[in-house]
Amino acid sequence: MQRLTHLERLEAESIHIMREVVAEAQRPVMLYSVGKDSAVMLHLAKKAFFPSPPPFPLLHVDTTWKFRDMYALRNKAADEAGMELLVHHNPEAMARGINPFDHGPLHTDMWKTEGLKQALDKYGFDAAFGGARRDEEKSRAKERIFSFRTASHAWDPKNQRPELWNLYNARKAKGESIRVFPLSNWTELDIWQYIMAENIEIVPLYLAAERPTVERDGLLLMVDDDRFPLEPGETPVMRSIRFRTLGCYPLTGAVESTAATLPEVVQEMLLTTTSERQGRAIDKDEGGAGMEKKKQEGYF
Amino acid sequence: MVDSPTADPVYKTDALIAEDIETYLDLHQNKGLLRFITCGSVDDGKSTLIGRLLYDSKMIFEDQLAALEADSKRVGTQGQEIDFALLVDGLAAEREQGITIDVAYRFFATEKRKFIVADTPGHEQYTRNMVTGASTADLAVILVDARKGVLTQTRRHSYLAHLIGIRHIVLAVNKMDLVGYERETFDEITEDYAGFAREIGIGNFTAIPISGFKGDNITTAPSSNTPWYDGPSLIQHLETVEIAGTADQGRSFRMPVQWVNRPNLDFRGFSGLIASGEIAPGDAVRVVPSGKTTTVKSIVTMNGELQRAVAGQSVTLTLEDEIDCSRSDVIAIADDPPQVADQFEASIVWLNDEALIPGRGYWLKLATQMVSATVAEPKYEVNINTMEHLAAKTLELNSIGVAEVTTDRPIVFERYEDSRQLGGFILIDKITNATVAAGMINFSLRRAQNVHWQALEITREEHANLKNQKPAVLWFTGLSGSGKSTIANLVEKKLHRMNRHTFLLDGDNVRHGLNKDLGFTEADRIENIRRVGEVARLMADAGLIVITAFISPFRAEREMVRAMLPEGEFIEVHIDTPLEVAEARDVKGLYKKARQGELKNFTGIDSPYEEPEKPEIRIDTTAMTPQEAADLVVETLLGFA
Repeated sequence: MQRLTHLERLEAESIHIMREVVAEAQRPVMLYSVGKDSAVMLHLAKKAFFPSPPPFPLLHVDTTWKFRDMYALRNKAADEAGMELLVHHNPEAMARGINPFDHGPLHTDMWKTEGLKQALDKYGFDAAFGGARRDEEKSRAKERIFSFRTASHAWDPKNQRPELWNLYNARKAKGESIRVFPLSNWTELDIWQYIMAENIEIVPLYLAAERPTVERDGLLLMVDDDRFPLEPGETPVMRSIRFRTLGCYPLTGAVESTAATLPEVVQEMLLTTTSERQGRAIDKDEGGAGMEKKKQEGYF
Repeated sequence: MVDSPTADPVYKTDALIAEDIETYLDLHQNKGLLRFITCGSVDDGKSTLIGRLLYDSKMIFEDQLAALEADSKRVGTQGQEIDFALLVDGLAAEREQGITIDVAYRFFATEKRKFIVADTPGHEQYTRNMVTGASTADLAVILVDARKGVLTQTRRHSYLAHLIGIRHIVLAVNKMDLVGYERETFDEITEDYAGFAREIGIGNFTAIPISGFKGDNITTAPSSNTPWYDGPSLIQHLETVEIAGTADQGRSFRMPVQWVNRPNLDFRGFSGLIASGEIAPGDAVRVVPSGKTTTVKSIVTMNGELQRAVAGQSVTLTLEDEIDCSRSDVIAIADDPPQVADQFEASIVWLNDEALIPGRGYWLKLATQMVSATVAEPKYEVNINTMEHLAAKTLELNSIGVAEVTTDRPIVFERYEDSRQLGGFILIDKITNATVAAGMINFSLRRAQNVHWQALEITREEHANLKNQKPAVLWFTGLSGSGKSTIANLVEKKLHRMNRHTFLLDGDNVRHGLNKDLGFTEADRIENIRRVGEVARLMADAGLIVITAFISPFRAEREMVRAMLPEGEFIEVHIDTPLEVAEARDVKGLYKKARQGELKNFTGIDSPYEEPEKPEIRIDTTAMTPQEAADLVVETLLGFA
């Protein structure tokens, strides 16, 4: 008898999910956001289809406001996996110069929510893998692994398909699509343990280093390039910081930390008293229902 | 204020984390994983219990706690105290109504195990969510309010948990704080439950007196409030109970093939999740249903070849011989392969608002097999409150019954009792693609190998060649009085003059003979179309051009007939006449009778007509004469040929 560990069981489940999608969908794609969850999801895809490269492209719905380190790793990771990398920029957001400093919530809506819908429509993808986990946020805890979307990309939380055993219903009409979450049952700790066990490359920003920062609205922001408009009297201060999640650099709060190795990061995580999305401005809109509302509108 | 988290060793030890993280991580790399569900009636305190488990295992962070405290004051039901339920009730609608309406998954870990909890609703109408949550669980925690005892819903949840094959049942007698922690109350409830459990076949269960709100007997036992209790705490029990997955390793090897891995001509691997048993290079295997045998050459992974793989692992196998094997096949140990059959008795849980229609074709997915299947009229429905067997014509949302299922080709299966992976299936509506039912195979009704297809010496191609034509089925559909029969007759005459061998099957005529035992209920109308479809297929096999004129109002049945025929031979002709026009014509006086209520289930009046979405031919009878319509049909048909 060989007792499988929780990581082995999670890995087997994620691989099974990815293979079901490839077998049943016409044109799958993997949403790749360059974060640690994306890194794990990509690694699992490589394992699922080895020795073939994963039989689908990677899609990055870019906002042009990601950290520079993220762009560097994105291109390298796609190359190493032998996968096509598609990068989509919402042309309207581009033309209007939408940015997180001047446009607030509109920034996320146009670049990410609208950008994602455009990209899925443009390439005709009928199944899109996303790295969301159920432990991240309350409405995600209730979403299916195979989450059905109407032709206009809407999610109806009241009308989800029952999902029994490991039998996934991937059938849909033309124009409809599914979002698939192979990491649904992973927790933040599982992700870190797996990254260590499998030696997966992640963006260095997850590890502490001296970086230029300013403090604004209770968030510690990193000044990643010269597009960051400093307010009168503001000067970047070097602080030892790292990030628990990565998004657009002007919207992602850092934590002060000296954890420069993975075990130290996990150590801090286990001893910490705030949740990982706490540094994200996005969840705070619309009271507690912010994420659920965004998802109904098509946000991943 | 709530009781502070226990400093109990079952949870992560801050000291070790702080002092020696590497050692801590080594210890925690290899935890087991237990999946369980919690179920109970609306106010049994499920969400509170789960909130408590998360809180005690420090899965709740300060920012979440701050939000929780604010929410508790605003909408909480516990006065100024923290309402744990708010943590768990995820969706906005539920937060307002104060009930859980869908399955939510929660995660926590102790020093020994990681846990995934499916929080399933207690509301009467949500049986389907509980079945969903239970399908992946190793254990069920059945909550009972100590003040109320065993309720109808307690029985229902226990029956469902047992039906879905959960071997470990915990009876958590909750809210003990509200009955003064009295032993008598606990004993009475336990005894009451034991009687019921025996009736439905639950062999044994573990009863624990708890208070989710106060924390008694959750992490340690006995609590100072229940000195009379000598069993484990809830957490202690969850940490030690056997995990179902490991039991699967003891059975014969089976791996449903998900995907054939073929990066180049030199490599051909078969990928899948091992359902049971174990496998090693050199083992003799059989591909089912073909029955071909070979041996395993290697077990390929990105981290190197494995010498052995077990149930629960996702692997890629290469085989010694080049044999036919693809998705939907099962690779099994050679000397004990699973059975193959096309008729089963199954327990079925109906999950959709639209009730079961006996005889209608649904997609059936079992492991990696997807086939067309029909469900007969149920043998009985189970009243899940009393466990009585009731006569039933159909199964409605949230009802459970036993029925015969027939698949259009033999599938590889095992009894659900022996294998969740090869015994559990879902049914999918062919039009809406909704998952409408979950099924569990009890046994096969006959082995498919007893009913062979007789290989025919003269093939359908040879029949058709002799007639110098391509067989086809022109399937006319439309409202009563739309002009189907008129146009169909003109089409046949035209084809006949062109020396084509045709046959017209007309709705009214067929009901005088072949289908005279059928009425006009939805089920009978479906059987009517199924028979006509089969006859049309036989005639097409004989090389004929078949013309049918039936209202055939349901899309699913037309698609069923389409699926019976080779690609391109089914030509759907929609005789599109608006209801007002057909009713105004009323050649047979039927609309009048239907309007007066003398005719029941009349299409267009009190029974729906589902228009074809993409018919091969659409005839607008308000814009075309019957002769023009017939010309168009014939031209299109010959164009197809």
